[in-house]
Amino acid sequence: MINTAPTAHSSDWDRALRALSALMVDPAGLGGMVVRARPGPVRQRLEGALPGLPLPLRRIHPGLDDAQLFGGLNVAASLAAGHMIRDPGLAETPCALVLPMAERTPAALAARLSQLLDSGRGHCIVLLDEGAEPEETAPASLSDRLAFFADLSAVRPADAAIRLPAPADLDSARRHLDRVQTPSDDLTQLVLLAARFGIDGARAPMFALRCARALAALDGKDNTTQDHLREAAQLIYAPLATQIPEDDERPDPDPDHDAPPDPADTDADSVASDTGQIPDDLLVQAVAACLPADLLMRLERSSQPRGSHAAGSGAGFKRQANRRGRPLPSRPGRIDGRARIDVIATLRAAAPWQTLRRKARESHPQLIILPADIRLRRFEDRSDRLLIFAVDASGSAALSRMAEAKGAIEMLLAQAYAKRDQVALVAFRGSGAEVLLPPTRSLVQAKRRLTALPGGGGTPLASGLRAAFDMALHGQRVGLSPSIAFLTDGRGNIGLDGAPGRTQAREDAQTIARLLSGLRLPSVVIDIAPRPGPESAALAGWLNAQYLPLPRADASRISAAADAALTR
Amino acid sequence: MDGQIPSQCFRNNLMTNPFPFSAIVGQDQMKTAMILTAIDPGLGGVLVFGDRGTGKSTAVRALAALLPPITVVQGCPVNSEAPQDCPVWANVTDHTTTERPTPVVDLPLGVTEDRVTGALDIERALAHGEKSFEPGLLARANRGYLYIDEVNLLEDHIVDLLLDVAQSGINTVEREGLSIRHAARFVLVGSGNPEEGELRPQLLDRFGLSVEVASPNTVEERVEVIRRRDAYDRDHAAFMAKWQAEDATLRDAILAARAALPQVETSDEILHDCAHLSLALGADGLRGELTLLRAARALAALRGAGRIDRAHLRDIAPLALSHRLRRDPLDDAGSSARVARTVADTLP
Repeated sequence: MINTAPTAHSSDWDRALRALSALMVDPAGLGGMVVRARPGPVRQRLEGALPGLPLPLRRIHPGLDDAQLFGGLNVAASLAAGHMIRDPGLAETPCALVLPMAERTPAALAARLSQLLDSGRGHCIVLLDEGAEPEETAPASLSDRLAFFADLSAVRPADAAIRLPAPADLDSARRHLDRVQTPSDDLTQLVLLAARFGIDGARAPMFALRCARALAALDGKDNTTQDHLREAAQLIYAPLATQIPEDDERPDPDPDHDAPPDPADTDADSVASDTGQIPDDLLVQAVAACLPADLLMRLERSSQPRGSHAAGSGAGFKRQANRRGRPLPSRPGRIDGRARIDVIATLRAAAPWQTLRRKARESHPQLIILPADIRLRRFEDRSDRLLIFAVDASGSAALSRMAEAKGAIEMLLAQAYAKRDQVALVAFRGSGAEVLLPPTRSLVQAKRRLTALPGGGGTPLASGLRAAFDMALHGQRVGLSPSIAFLTDGRGNIGLDGAPGRTQAREDAQTIARLLSGLRLPSVVIDIAPRPGPESAALAGWLNAQYLPLPRADASRISAAADAALTR
Repeated sequence: MDGQIPSQCFRNNLMTNPFPFSAIVGQDQMKTAMILTAIDPGLGGVLVFGDRGTGKSTAVRALAALLPPITVVQGCPVNSEAPQDCPVWANVTDHTTTERPTPVVDLPLGVTEDRVTGALDIERALAHGEKSFEPGLLARANRGYLYIDEVNLLEDHIVDLLLDVAQSGINTVEREGLSIRHAARFVLVGSGNPEEGELRPQLLDRFGLSVEVASPNTVEERVEVIRRRDAYDRDHAAFMAKWQAEDATLRDAILAARAALPQVETSDEILHDCAHLSLALGADGLRGELTLLRAARALAALRGAGRIDRAHLRDIAPLALSHRLRRDPLDDAGSSARVARTVADTLP
């Protein structure tokens, strides 16, 4: 057996290999893994190791249709034979499905694959997630059903050497797996640990348990040990963690909570303290050491990392929906090489005439299809609107009209709800801009972020424009139609580089504004200065946007006006 | 539970038994809501909203095994109970009846309209040149359950279809020269995660009861969830033997409650209470009150009470009303809290 047991500071690559080894022992129980990496030698090497899975490998793609997955009509064979011939689908027999470009998986396919995993027929799925940006991820509903997540984007090709257990060892581990026992305490430990890292749901601890057993089986042990638990927790909990455990000695953050534990008060933290079974510090440290470096950043952005934005961001199904659109009934037409033939509709059109046509002909081919029967697929291509709010939260704006601006945004949000638009929120203050909310349909989140928006500091107008610009570009890439509402007093005093200075700030803002106006998006500048001034009007001019001074205490009028401007 | 997966896949490779309903740890509201729809299918379905991995799909898949079998005419595509109910187009000649598990049909995201409503049967059209109807998911779900996971992400055009059928109980197909009607009375069960998208108010209204589920919040419960799941995986036979007995007890309770349902008395005070509650909450329309009353009656039957009392109303009001409040889309406090508060005020 090759010693691949990683230390607490092992690299992403070693962890990915360990996860893969565990998956090779118990593919059905662990469901699979998400590999986040751009195509390249590193990913290539990992893919090269996949045949070690004890299942036949099948490579699929995000455009996979139901017929291929669940079996369906084999058109060519059916036409030749004159009766229905069905192809067996990938669901028929257990296999390992490898899905590249997983970040583009439409929600429908994700739902089918989840259904497949839930049905317990022994499939296992490896998602190759090639997302370039943090919000491009595989659908959460699917990745939630896979035990492992490995981020290989920082692994250097030189480090990526395949070190996996020998096939014979894997075989004996698989045979041994059913005999591995887990002490009851270990189970409790895994559950507690999940709670302390803020991981909800029963899947993660279940996977951790199975993973620990698979690792124990690899070691040829009959019982899981602390080492196995630690490694399983590292592999499974670290990418899922939504919080860093409080001080290990006193996990209870509430100083008033010294009284005997109150059974009614059971948030994730007090769960750990109430029972007095604080998981082994070593376990916590082990997982904490593997936490992604950007965890804190992600926590600020969202309470649920790993793909939680996927559904609303348009990363997956939205884009698909926009490119292909809602299917419309197919129409008769001529094959021109561009439109796709709707085979089923064509057959349907031809079917009722078959008996007549056969009678009319001397020879009797099985199926007579005339050009008039051809039906072409059509889609209604209607893209969703993305409403980007760029809010000036600087001191000058915050002091004067911030509350009113928030009121106006809330009214616009309510209208966005009615139209089922997506919304995004960018705020700029101090030395730069930040994305408070990536595109989403969840207005509850938008409201929450908005309410929590602090004010104060300089006005980095150029950075705010830049952030809105980036988001609009991204939105267009995923097939949305962005429109932007700027709420600012237009008095920028921080340049793009974060340095103070009015002249530079104004030049930077002008440059970006010109870029933005090139996108020709509907946009509006709402002046939230105490006295509407020429600065915002000038900004609106650069942007080629509508200019609306925020009237005193009339949020409904401003939202009506802004809505009219944005929907033009 | 084969939804879009053609049924033959399953017959070749019969699945292991689903996780038993009674073995689900906690989630009492969700379990109660589902049991109530089994007692009175006219309640109008259950909407389950909550995080991933909280046992939503498990509960629905377990429901199929829990429910008492139904009597159907053999070979009837819409599960008719008596030969005279079979639709004419189905040409059912065999009038023998048989017992079958209550159908629980999966309606997956991205399903086509043809699959939902049914369409022309191409096979017969090709082979015999005759026009005949191939029933869809709605036909299969008749007299049973229709389960939609991630119902808030369902495409709008499918939602439109469902709204109409769920309301009328009849599926009308007018396409490709076919003109077909058949009964499609089913209990709609939807699940989803509200963080990922809102549900259209029209569809929301079609659900009789709504529950919010969360992960269990004590360590003991969480450990028990994992322990039972593990036992289900590793010690299947013993686990099933134990819990199938529990399921049988529950099934008997459901059958007893069904029998007792018509006898449950409703006093005028209870009717007044229902009206008061709905008025105090400003719930839209009368559907809320009717559902509240029906659900309270089913709950009383389940608990073996001869009449509805305030305790039943209090327990069921959050399930029956919280999704019907005139909703502020930006209100994140959650409407069940509002219902609970009003219930405490109105029904002392």
